[in-house]
Amino acid sequence: MSRYRRRRLVERVFLALMILSTFIVVGSLLLILGTIVVKALPALNLDMITKTPKGGFYLGKEGGILNAIVGSLYLGLGATLLAIILSLPIVLYIDSYSRRGSPLAGYVRFALDVLWGIPSIVYGAFGFIIMTFIGLRASLLAGIITVALLELPIMARAMDEVVQLVPPALKEASAALGATRLETAVKVVLRQCMPGFLTAVLIAFGRGVGDAASVLFTAGFTDRIPTSLLQPAATLPLAIFFQLGTPFPEVRERAFASAAILTLLILVISLAARWLSRKLGKHTLQ
Amino acid sequence: MLLLTAFPALLVGLILLGLILKSRAILALKPLSEVLFGTSWHPLKGNFGLLPYLAGTAWVTLAAMVLAVPVSLLTAVYLSEYAPRFVRATVRPVIDLLAGIPSVVFGVWGVLLIVPFVGRVLAPLFKVYSSGYSILAGAIVLAIMIFPTIILVCLEVFAAIPRELRDASLALGATRWETIRHVVLRKGAQGIIAAVVLGFSRAFGETMAVLMVVGNVARIPHSLFDSAYPLPALIANNYGEMLSIPLYDSAIMLAALVLLLVVLVFNLGARIILTRIQRRVQ
Repeated sequence: MSRYRRRRLVERVFLALMILSTFIVVGSLLLILGTIVVKALPALNLDMITKTPKGGFYLGKEGGILNAIVGSLYLGLGATLLAIILSLPIVLYIDSYSRRGSPLAGYVRFALDVLWGIPSIVYGAFGFIIMTFIGLRASLLAGIITVALLELPIMARAMDEVVQLVPPALKEASAALGATRLETAVKVVLRQCMPGFLTAVLIAFGRGVGDAASVLFTAGFTDRIPTSLLQPAATLPLAIFFQLGTPFPEVRERAFASAAILTLLILVISLAARWLSRKLGKHTLQ
Repeated sequence: MLLLTAFPALLVGLILLGLILKSRAILALKPLSEVLFGTSWHPLKGNFGLLPYLAGTAWVTLAAMVLAVPVSLLTAVYLSEYAPRFVRATVRPVIDLLAGIPSVVFGVWGVLLIVPFVGRVLAPLFKVYSSGYSILAGAIVLAIMIFPTIILVCLEVFAAIPRELRDASLALGATRWETIRHVVLRKGAQGIIAAVVLGFSRAFGETMAVLMVVGNVARIPHSLFDSAYPLPALIANNYGEMLSIPLYDSAIMLAALVLLLVVLVFNLGARIILTRIQRRVQ
């Protein structure tokens, strides 16, 4: 075989491999969504999302997983709110206050990246340590604190990416008009970044709602809808996990249905994030 | 605000400190080597050997890497060097969605599809018996979970390589693949390593999905079709009873500490490399 033909063959083979790999990646998402939907259909009914578990639910009797849906939303909302309170000041500070070229911003970003890499089960164990330290029992509050810590690096890092795109001229113009750094940060930078921040918040919310390992120790599990921060709360991922662990086929089918509900929730959140960032992005200054 | 800004760094330290304090109780009674390399785990008898769990984690993670690295790397190269614009615009959101799917859903999917596939198709093919709840099932699920991590970091790395370098190579008569091999992959080598390491540490700490498909048998595995009991699964499965048996909670916290330390070391390495690359770009 001539050298030229061999080189062309290699080129073709690798291109084929690359396209195959891309198909594997895209195909796995479709396969996951398809399998979950098909398996979920038999057990998917209105009771699942409108009723809490009745007696004998885990043996295959009446009821639904409203407790877990509401629990997950409470937990996700609480944790996301707390994470916003923690990350907004951090992001605005390293952008507006730290002097240009000061290593502070670099250190903070590095710390956030490292936090991002910590597995959620370790956050769960750490949350458990905090709980025993301050004498808190497994509850919605403990879950919220733990999940907020888990969400912090995701949200702060995503917000930071957005803030870095703000044109420096905008900040200079604000400063030239006599605004203080705080005024510039809150009235100019924050407003300019709003769409991006919303996306960051939604991404973090989705991650918080979907995480199981961190709430396993901390949020507990209950069949009732929590009415106070100090009561335990059920969460969707754990409801799926526990239902799948039973030997009864009906209950396992409900686990599939619950998984479909959780997946749908996450898909809606992430599509909303995409849509929002495109829609609201029109009004920011370029 | 400055105080809050110090919070992320502080939090890393706090988590480390908390876990160290909690695992001191067991280290006061047993040497570290006995806990790390002991093979017997009988909390009631006071035996806390982590080796089967460490081995389980190592098997699952390494097998997942073998599956995930080539596929992710080829996909990243395709998306950054070959793919027409519309392919890129369709595949990118798919990867983002894949990254957002909760690990429990991966686990459910693994139980539904991968476990039977391994047990009824792959195992007979290799003439071994397997229930399907095996290292291989865990590795396949894990590999898919870490595709997005490796691909997205690789895409950033490739985007940081100057266009002119590729043009120069193409102008010399190299084919596109030759350009990729000798220019893109070589120039991006450090970044690729960082991407792989980040994927590795994500896989290392992944809990729920693996826990659901890997069988959870605390023995040192000998083949891909054996069940295993990874370290994160040990922590997740035993939180209920760990307070009632002496030293049990301390042993579990030590397991979490080991997990954290491994992940931290790998993460720090990868992040240092990536930060250096970014600085070079700017």
